[in-house]
Amino acid sequence: MDWLLHWLFYVGVIMGVVPGMVMFFIWLERRGLGRFQIRPGPNRAGPFGVLQPVADAIKVLTKEDIVPAAGDRWVHFIAPLVVFAPAMLVFAVIPFQEDGGVVRGLAPDLNIGILYIVAVSSISTIGVFMAAWGSNNKYSLISAFRTMAQVVSYEIPLALAILGVVLAAGSMSLTAIVKAQEVPFILMQPLGFLIFFIAAAAELNRTPFDLMEADSEMVAGYHIEYSGMKFGLFFLGEYAYTLGISAIAATLFLGGWKGPWGIGSEVGVLWLVVKIVLVFLVVLWLRGTFPRVRVDQLMGFAWKFLFPLSLINIFIVAAESLAWPGLPWWLLFPNFGIALVLVVLWSGLFRLGGGRVQV
Amino acid sequence: MSRFERFGLGLARGLALTGKTALTRPNITVQYPEERLNVSRRLRGPELIWVSLKCTGCATCAKSCPQGSIELVTSLELVDNKYQVDEFLVDHGRCMFCGLCVEACPFDALYMGRGYERATYRRGDLVLPKEKLQMSADRQPSAYFRPEVEADLPLQTLLVYGQRKAK
Repeated sequence: MDWLLHWLFYVGVIMGVVPGMVMFFIWLERRGLGRFQIRPGPNRAGPFGVLQPVADAIKVLTKEDIVPAAGDRWVHFIAPLVVFAPAMLVFAVIPFQEDGGVVRGLAPDLNIGILYIVAVSSISTIGVFMAAWGSNNKYSLISAFRTMAQVVSYEIPLALAILGVVLAAGSMSLTAIVKAQEVPFILMQPLGFLIFFIAAAAELNRTPFDLMEADSEMVAGYHIEYSGMKFGLFFLGEYAYTLGISAIAATLFLGGWKGPWGIGSEVGVLWLVVKIVLVFLVVLWLRGTFPRVRVDQLMGFAWKFLFPLSLINIFIVAAESLAWPGLPWWLLFPNFGIALVLVVLWSGLFRLGGGRVQV
Repeated sequence: MSRFERFGLGLARGLALTGKTALTRPNITVQYPEERLNVSRRLRGPELIWVSLKCTGCATCAKSCPQGSIELVTSLELVDNKYQVDEFLVDHGRCMFCGLCVEACPFDALYMGRGYERATYRRGDLVLPKEKLQMSADRQPSAYFRPEVEADLPLQTLLVYGQRKAK
């Protein structure tokens, strides 16, 4: 019976907390983006517009569900679930609290936690392709092709940047990774964090890498033929995945549940939430600043910039772990220098504006 | 520093600019129900204002209307050597606010209005009889084709000049 209780608790917490956080994120994103565009954002429903996501949810729930006549009904039906479920599964292994040596997570501490996350979060791409195929719509299909190419390309630097963290911590378990962070890995591996963050933004299809939803080019991308709660699931899944990636970034690079200098370790979950929101605010800042990249620039950035740098990053981390086992804290100074020099050098080799053809 | 423009410095500068904007600059949009700007003094607003004292019932306005949205009925009995206007109906739902009736009126009895909150729930409510066409507190005439009114009207406020209230 123990496993049943645990399962019920897990489902309850996931279904309660994640949509709640997602609603908060949607509100934060709309208000924050409004600030970047010097307007207030939604401010009618409730104080400061906090009830706006609720109003949107009610609207989405009551809308008509339309299936394209020429579409594949079953694939069209299953696709939102395939996108949504993996985003929820990511939260199973994220540790959020330590009470007297016991680390609390929603599921037992997996010793291959980060591998599980990388594996599970890739599934939602298949859902995107299913949605495009089931819709029988050319814009959807173009969008899905772009997504496939983009996700496959950016998965590599993402995984390699995570590998740097795994090397430094000596374990794939997220709990061990958090415990290994005497100094948060964002300071110890600034280059790794930069690569992870950019690749994660591309994985999430956030601006400036939102080619699959490029509104000015193909209307809305893969979910163009979706309405009602099916569209709502795509929307929810997208934000849940953003939440998941923010949680992973907070766990891998920002020290997870640990407060700075061990302050407030009793309320570790609060620290984790604060860090998640911080990461999300930076993602939002990027969205408010940068224009969308072109398709060739997108692929060039992944393969010519992020991929070689992530290989070099792994090499540096490996060499440092061999030379100074335990990675003393003063390594952060040379690491910052190396990151700066490498980024400047590589930008010189690789010009983003290149490859333009006049016809 | 401009040597490093291609090396990521431009991106950092962009981030600094948007960050500063988000944290410091006040909103530039008008918070409509709480905040209203003065419209142009010569606005061809979406309403017509009819002054019954000046109107002679000549129906020049009805003839000039390209949409045929003015309906005017006069009685044949003359009072003080004037036609009595029995009915003056304007279908605002059909009107395109071209202002030709205002320009055509030989007795300055028609004005364009300055109001802009004229939405109704039913189309029938857009057909206004002569009682509702009169000038009132919330139906103020604009100076379109009537420049003699202009001096009394408040100046237009424009957010591009940072004005939120009229001078």
